[in-house]
Amino acid sequence: MSTIPATPSPATIPPVTGSPAPAGDGRRRRFTDRFTGGTNSRWFPYLLVLPLALILFGYVVQPMFATFAESVGVDAVANYTSFFTNSGVARSSLVTSLIISAASVLLCGIVGVAMAFLLKRFSFPGRRLIEAIILVPAALPPLIGAISFQLLYSETGILPRGLQQIFGTAEPVLPFSGIAGVLVVHTFTMYPFFYLSAAAALAGMDPSVEEAAYNLGAGRVRVWRTVLLPMLTPALVSASLLVFMTSLASYTAPLLFGVDQTMTMQIYINRTNGDLPMASTYASVLGVVSVLFLLGMRWYEGRRSYRSQSKGVAAHRREITNPLGRWLALGASLLATVVLLAPVATIALVAFSADGSWTTEVVPAAYTMQNFVTIFSDPNAFQPILNSLQMSLLATIGCIVIGVLIAYAVRRLDFRGRGVLDVAVMLAWALPGTVVAINLISAFSTGNAFSFGQVLIGTFWIMPLAYFVRFLPLVFRSSAATLAQIDPALEEAARNLGASWWRAFGSVTLRLMLPGVIAGGLLAFVHGVGEFVASVLIYTSQTAPISVEINNRMYSFEVGTAAAYGMLQVVLIFVVMVVSGRLETGRRASREAAQWTA
Amino acid sequence: MIDVTLESVSKRFGRAGDTAAVDDVDITIAAGEFFTLLGPSGCGKTTTLRMVAGFYFPSSGRIRFGDQDVTRRPPNKRDTGMVFQNYALFPHMSVAQNVAYGLKIRKVGRAESKRRVEEALAQVHLAGYGERRIDQLSGGQQQRVALARALVIRPRTLLLDEPLSNLDAKLREETRVEIRRIQREAGTTSLYVTHDQAEAMAMSDRIAVMESGRVRQIGAPQEIYHRPATSFVARFIGRSNVLSLPVLGAGPETVTVRLPDDSQVSVAAPTDHGLGTGATALVSIRPEHIGLTSATEPGVVTGRVTELEFTGMSTNLLVDVAGEAVQVAAVDPPAGLSVGDQLGLRLPRERMWVVRP
Repeated sequence: MSTIPATPSPATIPPVTGSPAPAGDGRRRRFTDRFTGGTNSRWFPYLLVLPLALILFGYVVQPMFATFAESVGVDAVANYTSFFTNSGVARSSLVTSLIISAASVLLCGIVGVAMAFLLKRFSFPGRRLIEAIILVPAALPPLIGAISFQLLYSETGILPRGLQQIFGTAEPVLPFSGIAGVLVVHTFTMYPFFYLSAAAALAGMDPSVEEAAYNLGAGRVRVWRTVLLPMLTPALVSASLLVFMTSLASYTAPLLFGVDQTMTMQIYINRTNGDLPMASTYASVLGVVSVLFLLGMRWYEGRRSYRSQSKGVAAHRREITNPLGRWLALGASLLATVVLLAPVATIALVAFSADGSWTTEVVPAAYTMQNFVTIFSDPNAFQPILNSLQMSLLATIGCIVIGVLIAYAVRRLDFRGRGVLDVAVMLAWALPGTVVAINLISAFSTGNAFSFGQVLIGTFWIMPLAYFVRFLPLVFRSSAATLAQIDPALEEAARNLGASWWRAFGSVTLRLMLPGVIAGGLLAFVHGVGEFVASVLIYTSQTAPISVEINNRMYSFEVGTAAAYGMLQVVLIFVVMVVSGRLETGRRASREAAQWTA
Repeated sequence: MIDVTLESVSKRFGRAGDTAAVDDVDITIAAGEFFTLLGPSGCGKTTTLRMVAGFYFPSSGRIRFGDQDVTRRPPNKRDTGMVFQNYALFPHMSVAQNVAYGLKIRKVGRAESKRRVEEALAQVHLAGYGERRIDQLSGGQQQRVALARALVIRPRTLLLDEPLSNLDAKLREETRVEIRRIQREAGTTSLYVTHDQAEAMAMSDRIAVMESGRVRQIGAPQEIYHRPATSFVARFIGRSNVLSLPVLGAGPETVTVRLPDDSQVSVAAPTDHGLGTGATALVSIRPEHIGLTSATEPGVVTGRVTELEFTGMSTNLLVDVAGEAVQVAAVDPPAGLSVGDQLGLRLPRERMWVVRP
């Protein structure tokens, strides 16, 4: 297993061409032209694209088919018929998943759009602070995010117990459990999809269009109904689709709040019970639904969007001048700040609590540095950190090399099947992590051509491969977004001045893409270090990453140590956010990519 | 038809209200008049228009439509029709829906609305375009939809904010003729904002020239061109030479100045010129009014050609007269004239005019 796709072998890259062959024997020159000066030829794009297409096929598409084959392998379509006719677990899991997703869309829509309007259209004390931290809950890795909400709002959580103590009741007050708990996690972590798209739509909206409506005599309500909302519709529809897809793929929230009958949980349960065909059936159904959503989203985004370019007057924020309103706004801002920062603060607090010291108290009773000492000094405890860093790094390198080339091919080259390539990358993004894991299990539990005949399941390499598949779209999106801002004429100018295609690509295009590429790469790395959903299905005891270790520690009631691991992930994320923020042009690209984070 | 009055209108921005975008502006636009605010960018013309539309309220002063005070009336209660610089068409509505929007708000019946929309579209030569989407139209067509949308409600005042600036040169000239034709037919009192002096001259009944938030001159195009009030107006409208000349004597409507050739000339001046003997007068003369001559006689100054450019209609010269650069537009310059030649410039007394600084 010396060659692994995460780092593409040199053979997959076309030979670097030199300058055109010197004039000589005409026939010979034509022959060498065909191979060296050929970056201008019609087949050149295919030479670049073929290896990329093979990689996407081998590690994204073909594993999907393998999963389907697995699901019908033993008793044909029996699994599926049980799925659709039986009123048992399968059916109710699908229904529960759909209900949770629909409710998540509704809740996230209300919170996200309200936040966008308040922050973008009004000016009040505390607005800047809220804007700065509004994305914090969503930036947490999925497992740590869900755990922090469990520690805060579940029956044993800080808030219900705190209220219980304040009011002196017998039971915790307002505990969230089951589906309600899942919805709390979803609302807090997914409302940014609505917030970001509504805020962007509001910012991109030409204020004179609104003024034109006022000028024609429309009142405030009518302007909202006939102009603002219709113009926001595209943003809201795509945000709805995103939240629906993400909720459907959500695995950690149902896991922690014990909602077993969802699609993702059933995949996990069947896999751990050894029923791979049934797990594959669930994965196939979930995969098909996700792909349908992806295609629906692409179709919808292909339609017009209402962004007009206007210089004109910048959108005005209305100042809240009423003193009572200002105090209310200040109070609400403070409350929002506490709520937004509470998850991170909870993880930080618990990370310093002694394991086993927190039983029925509102907050842990005893504090210690021991958790951090343990995870860094105990070789067994340090191994997961090492694993995560190593596997993420490998995956990130692969994502950067392949992601940049695919972005270039899709955005700049003209070849048949460009749309297919684009869809194939985004497929990797649309598939839930659980489904990606099942796909890889189905494809690589025996050797095949894409694993060079090796069995990958149970080895180290399946992990970086899963990360590569999951996070390739992040680098792709971020690179493609930066590329879109680079005038193709720059590369043409370099060619005009005598640079070969490779030279022009390397010295101009790639150089200018760099901030976006780095931002995307950092994002992929952070997500790799926080990865849980796919890892938990394919890890072995030697390759357990940080998140799996956190989960295991939670099960053995070592909450403090689990939170200490979580703090490492959180700190890494904030460092990366700051670094990406510094990459001026990378900023927009990474934000755009972040919107696509599942 | 209604007249529009701005009385000592000021608009100050900034925390302390110390930056005056519009400073004490007094304008009366007669009913049915096509009135233009002209000035360079940042002069406050758009701010003034937006106060008339109601998007800003003045920091001080009054705005009246007829005898109604509309100073603090919200924009949707003013019954003005505005054409925005970037048209501001509703992208989610068809052409006909855009035009019908204001009618719907005014609760005009379906049949009546349909008829008026068709009429308005025909008026802007877009009959049959009603079902098109906005992004299927060219810039010029979008501009005309915007005009139809503003006019179909039969507004009391038509407000146009640089509506031609996004069009190419040829289309701009065609459209300005169209706008003027439609405005005349409708007889709507119109306030037009532009930075393009040729556009302002060609279209307007009267022009207010603005600079740094203040109105420098109000008048008919001819008046502003031939009798600019200040050196700014003289230079901004067309091209102009503003010569600093010593005053030898002053009358109520004339000022006697000494030309660089030491001859004396009596120049027409505004009654409030306030100049006395020994002061320096600013005298404006247009490049096309300066004659070329080889004779030496009083009123002819000599200079050396420093730049020369042939434009077809005329030859533009820059002539150095005693250290001052004088622009000359010669329709028929002497054959073989070239840079470095000495020339006599005739400055006709009746073409000179004293301006304020």
